[in-house]
Amino acid sequence: MFRLIKDTLLSQAVTLWGVFRKLFVKADTVQYPDEQPYMFPRWRGRIILSRDPDGEERCVACNLCAVACPVDCIALQKAETEDGRWYPEFFRINFSRCIMCGFCEEACPTNAIQLTPDFEMAEYVRQDMVWEKEDLLIDGVGKYHDYNFYRVAGKQVAGKDKGEALNEAEPVDVRSLLP
Amino acid sequence: MFSFAVGSALSIASILLVVIVLAAMLIWVERRLLSFWQERLGPNRVGWFGIMQVVADMIKIFTKEDWVPPFADRLTFVLAPAIIMIVVLMSFAVIPFTPEVGVIDSNIGVLFVLAMASLGAYSVMLGGLSSNNKYALLGSLRAAAQMVSYEVFMGISLLGVVVLAGSFNLREIVETQADGWYIAPQCIGFLIFLIAGVAESHRLPFDIPEAEQEICAGYHTEYSGMKFGMFFVGEYLGLVLISSLITVLFFGGWLGPAFLPPIVWFSLKAGIFIAFFILMRAALPRPRYDQLMSYGWLFLLPLSLLNLLVTGAVVLGTM
Repeated sequence: MFRLIKDTLLSQAVTLWGVFRKLFVKADTVQYPDEQPYMFPRWRGRIILSRDPDGEERCVACNLCAVACPVDCIALQKAETEDGRWYPEFFRINFSRCIMCGFCEEACPTNAIQLTPDFEMAEYVRQDMVWEKEDLLIDGVGKYHDYNFYRVAGKQVAGKDKGEALNEAEPVDVRSLLP
Repeated sequence: MFSFAVGSALSIASILLVVIVLAAMLIWVERRLLSFWQERLGPNRVGWFGIMQVVADMIKIFTKEDWVPPFADRLTFVLAPAIIMIVVLMSFAVIPFTPEVGVIDSNIGVLFVLAMASLGAYSVMLGGLSSNNKYALLGSLRAAAQMVSYEVFMGISLLGVVVLAGSFNLREIVETQADGWYIAPQCIGFLIFLIAGVAESHRLPFDIPEAEQEICAGYHTEYSGMKFGMFFVGEYLGLVLISSLITVLFFGGWLGPAFLPPIVWFSLKAGIFIAFFILMRAALPRPRYDQLMSYGWLFLLPLSLLNLLVTGAVVLGTM
């Protein structure tokens, strides 16, 4: 008898009271267009192309991002400046395909392509979802403030010979027998 | 004619208007309260605090295509949603809202309400059967069994109150509660009536006839547009009716300290029960179908009979 009362009345009453108390709990809802939600810095949102601290494009058109991309939404073409630097002639991301997985950011050897906390990129025309290089390129350095690829890499460009990069040893003369 | 008195045109018109508008407003009230209990905000965009949501819903539901499936039994299909509205609205005729406001002063008020509640089962059954749909059929089968069995002790649980008041007249039942509400001597009867009332208006946790997770929408699976809206508003009308009945039978109707007018006391008490019904929807899970039946027949029916016997014995002993 006691068990019956406990099961039929008491447990129901406890549940009712527990739910009733929620009336005085603040709602979890964020009323989005009016209130902006807090976006975490590592949120994988809109993709940008960053510049190095000197203001040059970081992208060296290596195509690794396009290879890593699981939905093939990145298209680019390599070009070369007179001083030997590589850069993308065009760089195109089709955001109607992009799944914001961040693989391109992981693949990028020069920290050029980065994902940002911005997510408001809806468009009325489907064609507008395709972003060109001028749309993607930002003026800043993004998440990596001091990184400059041509200063740390062994690649030879005008004004920087082999072995002159930071932390780089002098090139070894392979024909010499001296240790 | 244009004054509040039992049965006056003004009285009838205002009851009809208030009850129907209130039932429609409950759609919004329920959504809002449910969301508060689930730590959400609910519809708060249309109008002040979302109160015009009802208007938006009504515009939507009125402009929908009034569609009858080709495989349905047309006449019964159209008739079924009207029955529940008519039947529940007729039940409001005997409810005494205040000393002045009411439609009729029937000597058999309690029986009338019970009879109308039984007729309400027809709406659900016919709606399900005429839809010619398996889910609807299952829903109406469940509804028929549930409503028939819960009506039995819904009536018996009321008899304790009738015995104490010595009358089937709802207005007299309220008046005899001047020196003490019947909730005190009839608390078991109240609990049984509450449970039966939930089952009768097939609200959660006893919404087995329309259990969405099991059988789509049960008996109104095939309904859309305003015909669905009538089932929907009919359900809320039933909710208002059950809350008013509980107020009248167990909580002294319009009676209360004189600093508030009777209608306010009545609405306050009924409103608390409406909110409680919504809280039950927010909190309690649905029982299995056979559990519902065995709980009704094996536990609630003997309990209500016992309650009636003891009440009768006490009344006879103290007479």
